[in-house]
Amino acid sequence: MDITRLQFAVVTIYHYLFVPLSISLASLTAGLQTTSVLTRDPERAQRLRRSTMLVGKLLLVTFAVGVVTGLVQEFQFGMGWSAFARFYGDVFGPTLAIEGMLAFFLEATFLGLWFFGWDRLPRLVHLATIWIVAVGTLISAYIILGANSFMQHPVAYQLDPTTGRAHLSSFAELMTNPVLFATFPHTIAGAAMLGGALLLSIGSWRRWIGPAPAGAAGSPEARNADPDQRAFAGIARLGAWTTVAGGLATALTGDVLGKVMTSVQPMKMAAAEALYTTTTGAPFSLLTIGNLDGSRPIFSLDIPYLLSFLATGEFDSTVKGIDDLQAQYSQQFGPGDYAPMIPLAYWSFRAMITIGLLSALIAGVYLWLTRKGLDPREPKASALPFMSQRLFPRPLVQLSLRMLPTLPLLPAAAGTAGWVFTETARQPWLAFGLTLTKDGISPGLTAAEAWFSLAAFTAVYGVLAVVWLRLVKHLVAQDLADPPARPAVPLPHEDDDGEGVNPDRDHGHSAQPVIPAY
Amino acid sequence: MDLVTVWFAIVVLCWVLFFTLEGFDFGVGVLAPLVGRDEHERGAALKTIGPFWDGNEVWLVAAIGVTYAAFPAWYAALLSGTYLPMVGVLLLLAGRGVALEFRGKHSDPRWRRRCEVVLALCSAGIVALWGALLSVFVRGLALGADGEVVSQPGLAAGLGRTVAPLFTVEAAFGAVAALVLSVLLGATFLALRTTGPVRLRAHRVAAGAAAGVVALGAAVAVAGLTGATLAGGAIGASTGATSTGLGLLVVGALVAAAAVVVAVATRLGREGAAFAVVSLLVAGVVVAVLLANGDVVLPSTLDPAASLTRESAAATPAALGLITAFGAVAVPGVVVYQVWSYWVFRRRVASERIATA
Ligand code: HDD
Ligand code: HEM
Ligand code: HEM
Repeated sequence: MDITRLQFAVVTIYHYLFVPLSISLASLTAGLQTTSVLTRDPERAQRLRRSTMLVGKLLLVTFAVGVVTGLVQEFQFGMGWSAFARFYGDVFGPTLAIEGMLAFFLEATFLGLWFFGWDRLPRLVHLATIWIVAVGTLISAYIILGANSFMQHPVAYQLDPTTGRAHLSSFAELMTNPVLFATFPHTIAGAAMLGGALLLSIGSWRRWIGPAPAGAAGSPEARNADPDQRAFAGIARLGAWTTVAGGLATALTGDVLGKVMTSVQPMKMAAAEALYTTTTGAPFSLLTIGNLDGSRPIFSLDIPYLLSFLATGEFDSTVKGIDDLQAQYSQQFGPGDYAPMIPLAYWSFRAMITIGLLSALIAGVYLWLTRKGLDPREPKASALPFMSQRLFPRPLVQLSLRMLPTLPLLPAAAGTAGWVFTETARQPWLAFGLTLTKDGISPGLTAAEAWFSLAAFTAVYGVLAVVWLRLVKHLVAQDLADPPARPAVPLPHEDDDGEGVNPDRDHGHSAQPVIPAY
Repeated sequence: MDLVTVWFAIVVLCWVLFFTLEGFDFGVGVLAPLVGRDEHERGAALKTIGPFWDGNEVWLVAAIGVTYAAFPAWYAALLSGTYLPMVGVLLLLAGRGVALEFRGKHSDPRWRRRCEVVLALCSAGIVALWGALLSVFVRGLALGADGEVVSQPGLAAGLGRTVAPLFTVEAAFGAVAALVLSVLLGATFLALRTTGPVRLRAHRVAAGAAAGVVALGAAVAVAGLTGATLAGGAIGASTGATSTGLGLLVVGALVAAAAVVVAVATRLGREGAAFAVVSLLVAGVVVAVLLANGDVVLPSTLDPAASLTRESAAATPAALGLITAFGAVAVPGVVVYQVWSYWVFRRRVASERIATA
């Protein structure tokens, strides 16, 4: 059974590395293209169109990985979790089907129209296609998070007394789960951080370190004046702003989410804090050295009253501890161990917050150092308002710039840690208070199959990641290119239906030349 | 018509659209190295499916998702009972999608070559695997009373649990038939959607594949005449479970006749008609497979009482009502904008070399 869980965790976490990128890159592409359409300045418009093209290509390759790994998600509830599928089929099935009908078709069809439609569609229709993709990604995120929120906090269901299966009583109620209202904005904000960090990483790499565009080789002056270099500088700053904004939003929405979680799954939040005894005016510990099993830690750095405030919004409120909750659940659900793995919950929660917010901080520093078009290596730029230049010398700036392209690893790690926390600290429940995880696995599944599939998915996914990275690196190292233009004169009408033409006689007839970009 | 029947029809529709639309995508993937002599021509061939493959693939997501929603027990038994083959399908689909999408985004000829090879191999693998799996849809699985395929302990039994159903004559026939049909579909699609040398070669491939389909039809007919074990094979299965040899004979003859029509239409340059006939043929096969056992959606080879029927696998009326409300709005919308996207990209892709500045 643990292998099935491990496999589920591996493929889901992997899917979720690409999903937030797709979500945020779709909106960023749409935003860039919209500004390019709105702007009056032809030079700026071209810069924006070229940036749109680059970000759009990144979206396309990321989306492809998201799609093929998403398919695995759709199948695996039946393959590895057939008991779960039977019990919650009425809740989960419609949710996934509606997601497919409403969102996936939109995303997939309109992304094709967008990429191949530059020279086929009227300008505004073409712009609309990318917005439809962006909205599609948000719809699919909302609906699938609705399914996940059901597992965190089951609502809108009735248990069938004879079969024990859950029946959905109201889809509207499922989609207005209070957990969903908090989780969705939090997830989207986290996605924005990841997409932003990616743009910051590629923009700053091309602007300061990587290969200069063909027109701008040579002197730093040529580099500064080159339009493509200005485009990369713009991409970097757009990414940095997105990361900072996403960071603020994750903190605000995470705070709300924490309060909701405290009320629906107090055990999870107690585990996040390793709080064993019910405490009034509970402190929040920044870090703990020693063990988290309830005995006295060797060292722990606490902020008094903060946990009470985070959990409820009041400094002197009472937060329930693990021991009391365990006693309460044993009485309610029968004897058993109802606590998740405390160290995993404790550390994944902290990793999410610190690593994620660190990335926003770095993006903020970048914004400051490149304010008003400054070169961060200039003495003037590198003086932070609160730091003298001795603290932040040029070689350090240089080194930081070289490290900056790895920035997306931070929000990606934070997001993964967030999910690990969310999902593992719900254990032993599959759907909180309803079914235990061990009862959800396909009864017929054999250990050999589980091991085999785990190995196969891991191997193929590993290769996919390497290829994806290579391709992204290649795309980013290219000179920027204009999207295909729509011909000013309509193309001559040609043999559209293909009827009545004998290709043997007709070789090389007058079809409008289309240069395959594929 | 009650909701269970309606949703069964929608499941069938999703599978039909998946197999016909993705069928030509897979066919083009297999054929690209064959009909394209150089990178440019292969690029042209692949460009015919570039804007569509992802939207087409969602019909698989829909088929699985709708099955989950409307017939959860069918979804659970089918996917857990074909665990390892489904792992194969998913990994091959991953290779296919990524190779297709990544090929054109890198200018290195070796990169493109590698993508083409992966694409062709994965496409062929998926088609063969689905062809074999369709025979399992018809023959059923060793479902016990709890709706699961259970195996003996031991490594070999553990790995063989879900793979064994694929080692039958019917499955092998299904795999070959699916490959030939998908190549025919892909070839007629390429003939319809390109100009120049790729179109010419697609015509030749179409003629060859049509001959192959005639042979398949003949095999089914012979099986019908002789009552050989093929009775139940993917195509033969259309009437398989209930059928007599006469049924198979008729089916085989129909298939062969359709293939002859396709060959003649292609020869006359009526590429649209040829493509339409192959699509209908594929759709007919899929419908036949899904209706083969009447009300039973997944037979149990152990105990007829454990077979899943439309009624016994269906979700509650409330769940069906819910998806009906959404489906009534969403599905026609999907069809409309997918048709529109085919219209937008209706122009043929030129495969002849063009002098570029
Ligand atoms: C870049 C990513 C990122 C950052 C910086 C944060 N989070 Fe987060 N967090 C996520 C990314 C994330 C996530 C991946 O999106 C999760 C996993 C499940 C979910 O709904 O969002 C999550 C879950 C999650 C949960 C668990 C919800 C559940 O069990 O359903 C809580 C309580 C918080 N977050 C709280 C916070 C707080 C108080 C933060 C900072 C001040 C914070 N998060 C920063
Ligand atoms: C939104 C839809 C999601 C659903 C419906 C879902 C559902 C599930 C299910 C059924 C399990 C197996 C039972 C269990 O072990 O609790 C599980 C476990 C898990 N999921 Fe999620 N999940 C979702 C999203 C995610 C995401 C996006 C991630 C990570 C990026 C994730 C990470 C995990 C992990 C790490 C486990 C293993 C927990 C364990 O076995 O201890 N999940 N989830
Ligand atoms: C564990 C449950 C999940 C299932 C069953 C699932 C299913 C899928 C499927 C089938 C696809 C491919 C769609 C296509 O063919 O176009 C997909 C892509 C996608 N999924 Fe997931 N998914 C899951 C988790 C998540 C989560 C947690 C999120 C977001 C919060 C998410 C958001 C998306 C988005 C935005 C896409 C489209 C973009 C892309 O392909 O990267 N999914 N998912």
